[in-house]
Amino acid sequence: MTQLGWAELQFGVTTVFHFFFVPVTIGLAFLIAIIETIYVRTKDKVYRDLAKFWGHLFLINFAVGVVTGLLQEFQFGLDWATYSKFVGDVFGAPLAVEALAAFFLESTFIGAWAFGWDRLSARAHAVTIWLVALGTSLSAFWILTANSWMQEPVGYVIRDGRAVMTSFGDILTNPQLWVEFPHTEIAAILTGSFFMLSISAYQIWRKKNVEAFSRSFKISTIVAAITSVLVIVIGDAQAAHLVKAQPMKLAAAEALWNTSSQHAPWSVVAIIDAKKHTDPFQIQIPEMLTILAYKRLSGAVEGINQVQAQMVHQYGPGDYIPPVAVTFYSFRTMIFAGTAMLALAYYALYLLKKNRFTQKTWFLKVLTWAIALPYLANSAGWIMTEVGRQPWVVYGLQLTEQGVSPTASVPALDIELSLLGFLVFYSAMAYAAVHLWKKAIAEGLDPDPELQHKPTESSDLFVGTGGVAR
Amino acid sequence: MWLRELWFVLVGILFTGYFILEGFDYGVGMLHPFLNHTDLERRASLNAIGPIWSANEVWLVAAGGALFAAFPYWYATMFSGFYLALILILLALIVRGVGLEYRSQDKSPKWRATWDWLIFSGSLLTTILWGMAFANLVRGVPINGHMVYVGNFGTLFNGFSLWAALTFILLFLTQGGAYLAIKGDSRSRKHGKMVAQRTVWPALIALVIWFVWMDRLPSSAGHVDTLAILLQVVAVLALVLARFASYLTKNGWTLVLFSVSIASTTFSIFRILFPRVMVSSLNPAWSLTIYNASSTSYTLDIMSVTALIILPIILGYQSWLYWTFRKPVNDEELGY
Repeated sequence: MTQLGWAELQFGVTTVFHFFFVPVTIGLAFLIAIIETIYVRTKDKVYRDLAKFWGHLFLINFAVGVVTGLLQEFQFGLDWATYSKFVGDVFGAPLAVEALAAFFLESTFIGAWAFGWDRLSARAHAVTIWLVALGTSLSAFWILTANSWMQEPVGYVIRDGRAVMTSFGDILTNPQLWVEFPHTEIAAILTGSFFMLSISAYQIWRKKNVEAFSRSFKISTIVAAITSVLVIVIGDAQAAHLVKAQPMKLAAAEALWNTSSQHAPWSVVAIIDAKKHTDPFQIQIPEMLTILAYKRLSGAVEGINQVQAQMVHQYGPGDYIPPVAVTFYSFRTMIFAGTAMLALAYYALYLLKKNRFTQKTWFLKVLTWAIALPYLANSAGWIMTEVGRQPWVVYGLQLTEQGVSPTASVPALDIELSLLGFLVFYSAMAYAAVHLWKKAIAEGLDPDPELQHKPTESSDLFVGTGGVAR
Repeated sequence: MWLRELWFVLVGILFTGYFILEGFDYGVGMLHPFLNHTDLERRASLNAIGPIWSANEVWLVAAGGALFAAFPYWYATMFSGFYLALILILLALIVRGVGLEYRSQDKSPKWRATWDWLIFSGSLLTTILWGMAFANLVRGVPINGHMVYVGNFGTLFNGFSLWAALTFILLFLTQGGAYLAIKGDSRSRKHGKMVAQRTVWPALIALVIWFVWMDRLPSSAGHVDTLAILLQVVAVLALVLARFASYLTKNGWTLVLFSVSIASTTFSIFRILFPRVMVSSLNPAWSLTIYNASSTSYTLDIMSVTALIILPIILGYQSWLYWTFRKPVNDEELGY
């Protein structure tokens, strides 16, 4: 494999891994904030115990999310230095604002939240988790501002061989941002609610603190029911936006080699022959792709071959086709996982209304395993977005192969060594996180008192304490 | 355009904030396995930094973000150039951060011993590598006329950078000790004070030698001015005063003075660099400066407005955090 290939693999591996921990952080912070607010309102201790339980799982997750996020910020300079030089004037700003306006907020208040149970008033303590939730969501906003610019560059000119910002306002009102951010944010809240729903279902199934976990079951079901609809509605808008913004990605996501008729069908599954530019086998729903793309009954969708020809005309000779099978199947994985979550959430809601959810053992088991669904959907969605943009790193402006760090600074061997390091460390962290999750879930609401976060008291900071003995 | 100068100073401030604040954390991390013999003692020292370490680490994230936005060529050249060193920093920060959160969540002695060792190594390695990285910025590294680093990992190892690593270790140990002297449980307060007092003289000697060495580097010629010398004198004097404050058991002042020493040291590095940000050892004309490595004035405008609004808010709530958790760790009650 080439240096470029290793750099791409490293980016993919580390980013997918990071994205395993981030959406659940965003969603769970929001749900814990709701639970703690109910506690402040009702003074019902069960909600406090629940907030602590979910908070414990949250902190295990947060630790990995934060430390892997460090790499995310620096790897543009590490592996993609030429890209960083080319786009730094535009792309660096949202990243810097993310650090200043969002990451500071969440990292500061998470410490206050974890250690502040008895140090802060109940109300102030609830405010800290809301600030964490706000911080994580703002963080997502600024990162996606940067990512949206890679998908659809706006508010810049090219001067002296680099992209130069001309309008920060345009970057903030990028149409891509306003479909990508709501979709990702709501998907994150859906992830948090499925995380909570699955684990609550598991606890109810094994009859551990059933009364308490029924409450988190209820809260997460309601949130999942709302967000699973919204995520599809906005996801649909995002896909429809591709018709204008990235026709190649849309064509690849549909494995549509040639421009369709005015009544395009949607392929549920397909066997894809990327060499011959054909799909030897497919199962299709008539009219569906036209409806999805245009929200009306007629309209042709451009095919890969035709978009390729246009791009050759516009950008010069080259292969502008992304890996079609990967784009097609990651798109479908996301859609099927999303639909499954919708169905499960509404069946749970139905059982909740009938007040029968604690008895449906089979369904509780299904929900427990359904914890995989949001992770599957998130990873697939991200892969579709990034792989579908290839061969561009900045759509229409810079090819991925032009963005990689110079081999004189970063030879392939360096990337191989570091990738090996990340694989070892990331696996160990994932193992440790899962180990602690299993332990915390097994303990339920009655953990080992020795491992609890407790307050600390004694003398003041800037007063000579007169020695150390007390 | 004075905005480049402003951002050079802001990047300097962000790195200074990072070194002062994580100076406690890395110091405590390096002391962790040695000062604390029983498990309870170990938990106490981790509890001292528990509520604040993630808030402290963000200063690095902010410094990185500011580098990218304000000086993209500096960001790109430094991070791709110091590739393996920075990968090691990241790996060290990863195990250290996870270790702090995970270490006490399982009672198995093997689990805890593993994380103790990782917290120690992560803290030590990060300290060493940042010392080396900053030393090499001033000393100069092979950068060609296209702002491309053409050295390798081995290039970063030289007498000057290794001495910087030693100096950083000693400075952070004094800082960690002084912090524990305030925030630890009764036993680690005593040990923290002892460490701060015993490491202050070696730290002072290391620092003086390093300053003299830095001021005489060929790359520093013409850049060591009165202000740089003044900052170095302040850094050394602050250590002397800190030792005195510690003797009088003014623990808060000891910590403040150690922080002043770290701040002055960092500022003096930035002062000697100015207006360069990375020195080329191949040809002084190929050095990266705030003029050839920066973003355009529009981006700097946007960033300046944002930073000037947000930084005071950040300082406000971080002060609140330190105020809320100003009490030392209680001997009986532990979070980690």
